Amino acid sequence: MKILVCISKVPDTTSKIAFTDGNTHFDENGVQFIVNPYDEWYALVRALEIKESLGGTVTIISVGGADYEPVIRKALAIGADDAVRINADESDSLYIARQIAAYSKDKSFDLVICGKETISYNGSVVPGMVAELLDVPYISLAVKLDVAGDMATVEREVPGGIEVIEAKLPLVLSAAKGMAEQRIPNMRGIMAARSKPLDVVEPVDATVTTSVKGYSLPPAKGAVKMIAPENAGELIRLLHEEAKVI
Amino acid sequence: MRTDLYQGHDYYLMDELLSEEQKLVRDTVRAWIKKDVSPIIEDAAEKAVFPKHLIRGLAEMGAFGPYIPVEYGGAGLDQISYGLIMQELERCDSGLRSTASVQSSLVMYPIYKYGSEEQRKKYLPKLANGEWIGCFGLTEPDFGSNPGGMVTHFKDMGDHFLLNGTKMWISNAPFAHIAIVWAKNEEGRIHGLIVEREMEGFSTPAMHGKWSLRTSDTGELIFDNVKVPKENLLPNKSGLGAPLGCLDSARYGIAWGVIGVALDCYDVALRYSKERMQFGKPIGAFQLQQKKLAEMITEITKAQLLTFRLGQLRNEGRATSAQISMAKRNNIAMAKEIVSEARQILGAMGITNEFPVMRHMMNLESVITYEGTHDIHLLITGMDITGLDAFK
Ligand SMILES: Cc1cc2nc3c(=O)[nH]c(=O)nc-3n(C[C@H](O)[C@H](O)[C@H](O)COP(=O)(O)OP(=O)(O)OC[C@H]3O[C@@H](n4cnc5c(N)ncnc54)[C@H](O)[C@@H]3O)c2cc1C
Repeated sequence: MKILVCISKVPDTTSKIAFTDGNTHFDENGVQFIVNPYDEWYALVRALEIKESLGGTVTIISVGGADYEPVIRKALAIGADDAVRINADESDSLYIARQIAAYSKDKSFDLVICGKETISYNGSVVPGMVAELLDVPYISLAVKLDVAGDMATVEREVPGGIEVIEAKLPLVLSAAKGMAEQRIPNMRGIMAARSKPLDVVEPVDATVTTSVKGYSLPPAKGAVKMIAPENAGELIRLLHEEAKVI
Repeated sequence: MRTDLYQGHDYYLMDELLSEEQKLVRDTVRAWIKKDVSPIIEDAAEKAVFPKHLIRGLAEMGAFGPYIPVEYGGAGLDQISYGLIMQELERCDSGLRSTASVQSSLVMYPIYKYGSEEQRKKYLPKLANGEWIGCFGLTEPDFGSNPGGMVTHFKDMGDHFLLNGTKMWISNAPFAHIAIVWAKNEEGRIHGLIVEREMEGFSTPAMHGKWSLRTSDTGELIFDNVKVPKENLLPNKSGLGAPLGCLDSARYGIAWGVIGVALDCYDVALRYSKERMQFGKPIGAFQLQQKKLAEMITEITKAQLLTFRLGQLRNEGRATSAQISMAKRNNIAMAKEIVSEARQILGAMGITNEFPVMRHMMNLESVITYEGTHDIHLLITGMDITGLDAFK
């Protein structure tokens, strides 16, 4: 089983969000970056579990600059075998998908697994695009993945229940919460990661289809108004007249 | 306890001095703590039990003997990584760190440094993977700061040694599978012996009633005519220097560990000072509280620099025992001061188990005493700089 796991780098959830250059760039100053949790906890860990039971390899791919290397090393420390970084600094989803597809096209991966979204931009589109570009099936928001022979059985959460899907490999998948449990690396894995291969590959030509014009922060949270329990009438009045929600 | 919101503090951008692996080592331990330990630690401290199920997590992560070479089950990490592991463990609880540092520095280290190849192969892999837990018996009822006076002794009986005596205040003793025991031979020379739980005449009664280090088990080691096979003697070093060499390693770990305590208390106090409103503003806006917080981060930063440098020296094999004593002593005093200030910043909340501060405060009362008391480390520095021995 040859598995490719796509890893993205995102700001830690406790980061202070600010922008620079007239609100056109995210201010990375003092920000701690982590592996996107959907990529790490679910996509990567499930890939490793499959490898551990069926044999094979797990390769990491990231599209990003040299600043991606710490998160790639972490993925290697958790247990991936090798990694490739496509040396491009772009946030356009189609551009990224094209790079991943171009790299993996002739490498006969049985599975390409991504997290369902990044926790920074929440785009959720890269895996679908990769599948289309590779012309293989795509299953989104998978919560369970089993592989037997050349068939994958995948569960998805749908309103009110679970949908069970079967598909033939190769396959692209986006992983949602529940597919696996967070795996903490260990010291030996960290030391071993140092000597695992991390290839840097130049990007293929691809057009950038979108660009960011600007960012803005959500409005600051307003003050909390406390209303005594016996004063329900006042609460209704405020909801009508001030919050205007009813 | 509340959700563990801890974030590290790095006022002088010390992270830039760390390698990628060292940062990953630290963040790994921090993630494990938040996931598996923070949610249960207050309860364990309240009940005064060592959460034994954590042994597996510690072992799997590689917190037992991290600097022992891979061929013996360790991870082959450097000394700064070891320090960072201790920092993150103690950031959560000194008792947890004690369990790991006894296993690493006081059990695996002497077997690795002073043991035979057979001993290394027999014990180290099982200690690294947590199958066996060890303890270190140096202190006796009548010999604490002065371990050279110990009375525990062994006699050569031809095909075995006969061991007699009592050790006291021994961390991990009640559930340890093996004990590294320091005892005198018939000529009065100190040697290390590996005593195994099954040996007849060996018992380890638990000690109770501790208000400090409540998540670490402490006990006695009683040797009543214990027959110890001759191959269980550590062959490659004897004399008081042998146990003191282990203590160097453990004390070095403590110097890092208590920075974790200080960081945790500073982190909690800083956050609280920005949230707690009095007289219409956050208490962090009052100069008196700012003075406390500013002094805390100043002292933490100084300790971080001192300890990082000590780590470099240790990596090069150049750190002296006296330098380690200085760091242990300085950092504990620093942490004690910060814990006490943090407790006051939290007001009444500071005395509850909603926050870790009071638990840290009680823990430090052990940490300042074991592995050489505050006074003893001062005398070590004094002797080092004057060349005059004030112990006797
Ligand atoms: C929780 C806990 C866990 C421990 N775990 C272990 C363990 O795993 N293995 C182990 O071997 N030991 C362990 N110890 C024992 C610890 O190392 C000793 O308690 C320590 O060495 C001090 O010895 P003591 O308690 O006998 O104090 P004492 O030596 O009696 O000292 C009492 C006081 O006298 C002072 N004093 C002593 N000599 C001098 C001097 N020359 N000049 C000035 N002042 C002096 C000391 O500083 C101290 O303030 C542990 C202790 C605790 C509390």
